[in-house]
Amino acid sequence: MKPEDYTRRQAELAGWPVSIETYKLGDIYHCTIANVDPGARFARADGATRDEAESRAIEKATRYLAQTRKFYT
Amino acid sequence: MAVTLPGVLVTTDWVAQHATDAGVRVVEVDVDTTAYDQGHVPGAAGWNWTTELCDTLVRDIVPANKLEALLGRAGIDNQTAIVLYGDNNNWFAAWAFWQLKIYGHEDVRIMDGGRKKWLAEGRDLRTDKPSIAAKTYKTKAPDTSLRAFLPEVQQAMKSKSASLVDVRSPQEFTGEILAPPGLPETCQRGGHIPGAKSIPWGKNCNEDGTFKSFDDLRALYSAQGITSDRPVIAYCRIGERSSLTWFALKHLLGFKDVKNYDGSWTEWGNLVGAPVEKP
Repeated sequence: MKPEDYTRRQAELAGWPVSIETYKLGDIYHCTIANVDPGARFARADGATRDEAESRAIEKATRYLAQTRKFYT
Repeated sequence: MAVTLPGVLVTTDWVAQHATDAGVRVVEVDVDTTAYDQGHVPGAAGWNWTTELCDTLVRDIVPANKLEALLGRAGIDNQTAIVLYGDNNNWFAAWAFWQLKIYGHEDVRIMDGGRKKWLAEGRDLRTDKPSIAAKTYKTKAPDTSLRAFLPEVQQAMKSKSASLVDVRSPQEFTGEILAPPGLPETCQRGGHIPGAKSIPWGKNCNEDGTFKSFDDLRALYSAQGITSDRPVIAYCRIGERSSLTWFALKHLLGFKDVKNYDGSWTEWGNLVGAPVEKP
């Protein structure tokens, strides 16, 4: 199988820049979200459609990012 | 200074043509341990860094007998050419590479660009695990010259006997955050080891995930005073990002004395009384 409908874009979630990568393999869309710096994948989800996979992954990512504290020195 | 060593990086084209050749084993190692199941290079084995590339009882790299079993199950013997790749521009592929070198495996390579480039190029993916005939593997005595432990790092900080390279993000380096955004905090204090230079790991890579050229890498490090005539110790949070920098310095730039401090900030940033610098 080859991945179809591959996209990679930058966005901002909970005040943090992230990259959102989505592709379809077979009948399933896979979406993974990584922080831009340092680039770690920290949320992912699958779905029957692009919107479904991305909205699930974004919901998880937003929840995780909200827990990241900033310390100003 | 040495030139880029031939063959340590292989292209996605090369992997597409040789992934299932006899004597070659492609292995995916990801930060996201579920990524392999979302589609992988045909014929590739998948390793889980959280359970298979470490000691799960004490904090340490994978024990020799466990690595021998893992390699054997993956159809790898001492003569096999291992080609590693993974997500996040090969973070954990480099982590596996570093450990395989510690245990003396001769022929290890990294697929330049990793999973990101393979996907972006629309290449074939499989979701089933390949059927692999097991082999027997025997590790060599660990090469500890590739690994820095806490006492050596403390000494290097005091005596400036080695260049310390902090490869985390600038926000982690300054202590503004304690972990990469979206990931759990794993230390008590933020900042960096006094005297360390901030050279984030991502600066080793191009946008498509491939490594930068020899000249670009040399310019990157020499601009911060990191040169091949001094020992270098790289660190990050848990040692995986710094294994990528270790790979770039040791195997792309040809530095002789480079160590990965895998204790990294989760050790230093939790240590009672350890000096911490914040710019």
